[in-house]
Amino acid sequence: MRSLRRFFARLLNLAAGSHTDQRLLEEMEEHLAQQTADNLRAGMSTAEAHRQAVLKFGGAGTIREQYHSELSLPFIETLVQDLRYAVRMLLRSPGFSLIAIATMALGVGATTAIYSVIDATLLHPLPYPSPAQLVRIQDDLPGVGAQDVGVSVPEWRDLESSGIFQSVSFSGHGADVNLTGSAQPERLSYKHVSPNYFAVFGIDAQLGRTFDPHDATPGFNLEGVISDGVWRREFGADPHIIGKALRLDDDVYHVVGVMPPGFRDLGSSSEERNTEVWLAAGMAGLPFPPPLRGTRLQGREVARLMPGLSIAAAQGRLDALVASLKKQYPAEYPAQAAWSVRLIPLSESVVGSVRQSLLLLFGAVALVLLISCVNVANLLLARASLRGREIAVRQALGAQRMRLIRQFLVESLLLFLLGGIAGFTILFSTRKFLLQLVPESLPHMNDISINWGVLAFALALSVVAGTIFGLAPAWLMGRFDLIGTLRQEGRGSSGSLRRSRARQILVISELALSLVLMVAAGLLLRSFWDLFKAQPGFNPDRVMAIHTWLPGPNDPTTDPYQTATQESVLLREILRRSRTLQGVEEAAIGDEASLPLGHSTPGRLPLIREGIETMDNQAPVIDSPIVSPEYFHLLGMPLERGRLFSDHDVEGTPEVGVINQAAARTYWPNQDPLGKRVRLRLDPREPLSSARPAWTTIVGVIADARTESLADAAIPQIYRSAYQHPAKDLAIFLRGQLDPSTILAQERSQVQSIDPELPVFHAEILNDVLSDSLSVKRFSMEMVALFAATALLLAGLGIYGTISYVVNEQRREIAIRLALGAQRGTILKMVLRRGLGLAAAGAGLGVAGALIVSHLMAGLLYGVSPTDLPTFAGVTVVLTTVALAASYIPALRAMRLDPITTLHSE
Amino acid sequence: MPEKSDVLQGTLALMVLKTLDLLGPLHGYGIARRIEQISGDLLAVNQGTLYPLLLKLENEGAIASDWGASENNRRARFYRLTKAGRKQLQAETRDWEQTAAIIGRFFEVKAGDLS
Repeated sequence: MRSLRRFFARLLNLAAGSHTDQRLLEEMEEHLAQQTADNLRAGMSTAEAHRQAVLKFGGAGTIREQYHSELSLPFIETLVQDLRYAVRMLLRSPGFSLIAIATMALGVGATTAIYSVIDATLLHPLPYPSPAQLVRIQDDLPGVGAQDVGVSVPEWRDLESSGIFQSVSFSGHGADVNLTGSAQPERLSYKHVSPNYFAVFGIDAQLGRTFDPHDATPGFNLEGVISDGVWRREFGADPHIIGKALRLDDDVYHVVGVMPPGFRDLGSSSEERNTEVWLAAGMAGLPFPPPLRGTRLQGREVARLMPGLSIAAAQGRLDALVASLKKQYPAEYPAQAAWSVRLIPLSESVVGSVRQSLLLLFGAVALVLLISCVNVANLLLARASLRGREIAVRQALGAQRMRLIRQFLVESLLLFLLGGIAGFTILFSTRKFLLQLVPESLPHMNDISINWGVLAFALALSVVAGTIFGLAPAWLMGRFDLIGTLRQEGRGSSGSLRRSRARQILVISELALSLVLMVAAGLLLRSFWDLFKAQPGFNPDRVMAIHTWLPGPNDPTTDPYQTATQESVLLREILRRSRTLQGVEEAAIGDEASLPLGHSTPGRLPLIREGIETMDNQAPVIDSPIVSPEYFHLLGMPLERGRLFSDHDVEGTPEVGVINQAAARTYWPNQDPLGKRVRLRLDPREPLSSARPAWTTIVGVIADARTESLADAAIPQIYRSAYQHPAKDLAIFLRGQLDPSTILAQERSQVQSIDPELPVFHAEILNDVLSDSLSVKRFSMEMVALFAATALLLAGLGIYGTISYVVNEQRREIAIRLALGAQRGTILKMVLRRGLGLAAAGAGLGVAGALIVSHLMAGLLYGVSPTDLPTFAGVTVVLTTVALAASYIPALRAMRLDPITTLHSE
Repeated sequence: MPEKSDVLQGTLALMVLKTLDLLGPLHGYGIARRIEQISGDLLAVNQGTLYPLLLKLENEGAIASDWGASENNRRARFYRLTKAGRKQLQAETRDWEQTAAIIGRFFEVKAGDLS
């Protein structure tokens, strides 16, 4: 308390600038006068009286110093002094300061930029209260190789009453719905959710209410919650919106609530995150299948754990529950399917897919930062040796070692901080441009911002880096050989061995770090190139896809496109009219799942092979797009065996399917799949009238195509005919000389002249879809390559600086050698050998580091081994070349040294 | 040297506080003389060290100071004890007595007493 008061009193003095000792001088004078008077009275002579008084008082200088340090805060005062001196030093060598600050600005700016992305995604993945309690529940059938098979309503109820969760919500995958009643039919993303959906997330409506969590309507309960966006866009932010009608696919719902502006649905795809309407459903009545234990619903279960329950503990209790259910219902859970339920932290399911890419980026940028720091430390060391004489003189005049170290530290901290601030400023002023480089498929893309937290990060980073990397040069300078320097300085000293070794170590580590980065970039580049060059197995050139969506009202009898026959009339008419459009050569139709690489959730259905699987819930799942007969020809997917669909495969004739080779290999190994019969279990997109779908006969096998993922060559697929299976989410494929700017309007007018209620939207160029599917990969590849190039540049500068310095230090030696008759070529070789030695040491260390790093990033590689020899060799060659080139300039300078002038000038 | 001056500083501060407590407001020279009178040679040299100490005590709030006129009508700075200083003096007196008592007992102990 007392010392605190003392501190503030001194701080106040310091701030007020009242730290002169005028008062002390007056008091001293008074003191001496009185003492002298007393001494006179004691009988001394005037001179003696004054002398004795001064003696008794003690050393005035020391006392003034003590008094002064008590008056204010000497620590801060010296700091200010050091700062002033540091600023003066910076201004005195502007070139050096500029390079150091720019290097740090680069390092800190890049690191901060990546940090801001990570801050928005990995660090704050869930914008909900108590996010750690939120988990995703995933049901798997590992016995039959099926993942995420969905949950049945009785299982869901078991989970709800298990005591492990506060509540368990279920939601369908996002889908599109037609909002009608407005001038232009609007297409919105909607999701059917269990009534407790919003309660699980803990988010309330801004207007009205969310669904009643205890609502037990079996089917849809005809209540809708809308997003803030829809409310403003479609309803003009009507404050009396609650209770108004919402016409979706011709069904009438009532708006019960409007979500707050910041609320986003989470999801694995951007469509799902753009959900704007939520409809509550009990999932147990029409249009849902009857709630049987064996009937799984496709969708997503998100639950909130009981407070204080860890995920591991919850998983343990869940395993016990699963085991007891299996015992209780042996018929529904056959042992060979090995039903299991997994809990996944919700944050993991949101950002898990990009975590590795982002961490790689962060690692890469951290290396760049490290290299920048090493470079600046190197510069500081170089400059410190130029200042050797100054330091020696100051030491000779009695400067303490700690005091010198402190001053150097202040100088380097100032440099690093200025660099950090510059980096942040550049980042802040270019943020709009930089954000455009980030691929849109990145989760939470819109939450990336340069905020106070990011600024704090940048400053903290600069301070930490400045302390660590400023300390080393300061320490080395502090251990200065005083006598030696004073004696040598001005006579071309050979410099302190310790310092030149420190510089060499710095350069070697710089080279090693950049080699690691370059190897990472090289491997990513190669895998990206392989992906890019991979034969997709279909031809996307000159193909566009345009989306439309048929309404799917809850009451099937009001659906004008209820059966395949009804729908095929529409489809044939759309195709006929599309072919008449200008430039169109071919047209085909498929469902969303048939759109190559463009769909977020593949339409997976359990595959039941005749005579093999008998139970619905133990079947493997398979991708099952629905396409019109022209689809394969339009996309150039060649038939291998059998036949394709024809116009005669319609409702009423035996159902046919076409599989790809991967499916043939996986499900009918060493057999002829033609003629085999399969059943695809209950398709939620089809009406429920037929409880048991008929057998589908395999009639053809096509070549494998990478329509699911460019990285995966062979995913089993079974195609079915659009004329036998009605689909709601349609993509119209057009090939020809198309004008992307007008084609959508042309197609819309054609489709809407058949049915004005149909929305026609989102024309995509298939080649764009293809390159978009690589966007995150391309982004990280480009970024790492950029960082690697930066690292190489910095390392080149580092080695250039070091060799120049070495040459400068040895110019006397070189001059003597030349004077004694050494060949100039020998001198060149001697200097180059030094550069090569550094490069070799750096490359050796770097290769070792790169081997570790490349194995860590193996998951991000495609088609290239983590120990890919050409990449390693190529990168090493590049690095060595750069190192040699950087040493060549100082080597030339050494070679051209004129011995006479040099020896004279020393 | 530092240890010795630490002890000196500590005891000197206590002496200053006690002097001001006994004699009321005094200027620097007055305090120095009183302490010299009572303590003998302790403050015979380096009387000037008193002034940084006075400033420290003032910064801590134990004493306060004002300009005034000395006996021979010269401008002098007078120091007086504050309420906080009085409290500090009491506390430190107690501490000092305790310490002195303990140290005293140690000095009285003879080898025979411990067997």
